[in-house]
Amino acid sequence: MSPLKRRPPKNKSLQKPLTHSARQFVRIEGMGLAIECRGLRKTYDGKVEALRGLDLEIREGECFGLLGPNGAGKTTAIEILEGLLTATSGEVRILGRTWQSHPRELREWLGISLQETRLAEKLTVRETIELFASFYRQPRSPVEVLAELELTEKSDAWVGKLSGGQRQRLAVATALVANPRILFLDEPTTGLDPQSRRQLWDIIREFQRAGGTVLLTTHYMDEAERLCDRLAIIDYGQIIAGGSPAELIERLGGQHMVEFAIDGASSHEAKKTTNGKHMQEIWRSLPGVESVHADNGLVCLTVRQPHVTIPALLEAVSQQGARLLHLTTRQASLEDVFVRLTGRHLREES
Amino acid sequence: MSAPLRTDEAAKAPGTPSGIVEGASPRKSVIARQNGRWTAYWHLLGARLKEMKREPEVIFWVFLFPLLLAFGLGIAFRSRPASIPNVAIAAGPGADAVLQMAQRAPQSLRAQLVPEAEALDGFRLGRYDLVIIPHGDAGGELEYRYDPARPESVLAKAQADEALQAAAGRKNPFATTERASSEPGARYIDFLIPGLLGMNLMNSGMWGVGFALVDYRQRKLLKRYVATPMRRSDFLLALTSSRLILMVLELGLLLGLGILIFHMRVVGSLLAIVLLGALGAGAFAGLGLLTASRAQKIETVSGLMNLVMMPMWIFSGVFFSYERFPAVLHPLIRALPLTALNDALRATILQGAPLAAQAGHLAVLVAWMAISFLLALSWFRWT
Repeated sequence: MSPLKRRPPKNKSLQKPLTHSARQFVRIEGMGLAIECRGLRKTYDGKVEALRGLDLEIREGECFGLLGPNGAGKTTAIEILEGLLTATSGEVRILGRTWQSHPRELREWLGISLQETRLAEKLTVRETIELFASFYRQPRSPVEVLAELELTEKSDAWVGKLSGGQRQRLAVATALVANPRILFLDEPTTGLDPQSRRQLWDIIREFQRAGGTVLLTTHYMDEAERLCDRLAIIDYGQIIAGGSPAELIERLGGQHMVEFAIDGASSHEAKKTTNGKHMQEIWRSLPGVESVHADNGLVCLTVRQPHVTIPALLEAVSQQGARLLHLTTRQASLEDVFVRLTGRHLREES
Repeated sequence: MSAPLRTDEAAKAPGTPSGIVEGASPRKSVIARQNGRWTAYWHLLGARLKEMKREPEVIFWVFLFPLLLAFGLGIAFRSRPASIPNVAIAAGPGADAVLQMAQRAPQSLRAQLVPEAEALDGFRLGRYDLVIIPHGDAGGELEYRYDPARPESVLAKAQADEALQAAAGRKNPFATTERASSEPGARYIDFLIPGLLGMNLMNSGMWGVGFALVDYRQRKLLKRYVATPMRRSDFLLALTSSRLILMVLELGLLLGLGILIFHMRVVGSLLAIVLLGALGAGAFAGLGLLTASRAQKIETVSGLMNLVMMPMWIFSGVFFSYERFPAVLHPLIRALPLTALNDALRATILQGAPLAAQAGHLAVLVAWMAISFLLALSWFRWT
């Protein structure tokens, strides 16, 4: 198959310059969109609104993350983009094509790992990967993909006998053997131990390094921070914030978090009492504090300069006649962005 | 675009070797092969056959179970020589003489001398098929007490009379000769094996297709497959062809058992039998597909399949002829796919009827296959 046929027409002029810097140039120009969707809505049974108007632009060569708590609409969004669900309304373009006009071509170009697919248990790892390879016109060599995902040793083992991490790697292998241009991963590391997660991250980075585009959903903030060039935070079927991890944290106001607890007026009760309101105002008025919120019995301050805020904080605590039980400072993370935006933690239920 | 948190920043530096193919494609340069039109089909078929082979339940239900059934029923209803009637002779004057005469023909009746009350009691309980009550001394009149509703009792009366009259000196007006003859083809096992074959094709067709599909759907494997460029028709074709391959094995095994152990005689052509098997397997694969076209859970599909198969187990003449049901029902019964398959298999295997003579049965099977496939394909859910 000629490269011309594979290419969305938009990109024709950009075929030659293929270093990463060239790709960055493409990004700056705002061209070479791998995935594009506008006003995506999905209503189930005419009642449940899973998506309420989603707009995304994902560039070729970037790793884009969809972040959000369970039930936020991440899976619905990614399955519509994958052409497995149809949107109630809205428009989707993948590599400049639509699912209606070029379904088969798009299927050849995408590598997909669904959430919770249980592959046939009585086939071996090699048989599974060869089966998936057989679906594509020009797949990658199954042996090579298995080696890349460190599954060579397990080639002859039944899928049913694999560990969780190995199964997840195999699921990604079934996507990679397609030799895809875009990799869709729906919660690829959920339920994995830290080592397996890191292994998967390396695999995803490797794919991206070779020029591939990645769209992944996750509810792990650290994963998004490490892997994604840009991300969109979804809650209740809408994007509530988007940008690079650094931009999002920057937008939080401060880049540092100061968390502390005091006795006397415990911050936990402080939320409810009028006295508590008073206390919150005291913290808010400390120099350099951008915002205040209570979290699990701790008071969290978002600050620009910890070295200015902390002496003032200690002063204020002793003025109240209270005792400091706990004090930590750390860099703000995406988790803080999320808590700030929604008032909830990412992995909290409901 | 900045991504300060990424740890592989170095990879983005200009000039870094990136493993990219010439042209803008990010795809790997190493293309393992170019897959042909039917590569996916062969892999799907291979995977399905391997999966079945590795599932011990499949081996049991498809192969072992019908064999056990044939064996058990074949032995229970095997042909035996007609049993020798038990005759009681009521004790009294002249009874001894009757007993002596009866004992001259031990191959046709087994006689015993018992008190009259006990003889009548035993007759009522079925221990004796006939009671002989002598009236008066030797040479006096004999009374036969028998039950005209019990075939063995009627037989006992005829045999006893024959033996006693001969012993008393009756001469036959002309001579006769006898030759025993038990033809294979008319025995119960000959009736049973084609029926079991049909039933087995139904069971494994419905379960093999329906169960596998719902299992794939429940595991989201169907969804995963349609997320690839795999042709859906290839998938369904592979599933159906795996059934046909299994069908040939089932057919060979059951017929082989019938021929080797029960000395069944296969009259019709093997080709016609295989063709019928294929048609049957196709019709039931279609029904299985239809039953499983929407079900999301194994429990749901199990219930549905039993609902579909139950009437055929009862009515379609697997274990006994459906002629025993009232004649009003016959047209309905004959419209069932299993009835058509069983009738056609019996006619071919036992009587060697040519396929052309069975157009009616063939039409029923084709109709079931076509209708169920068409409906299934329009209702089928992949996700």
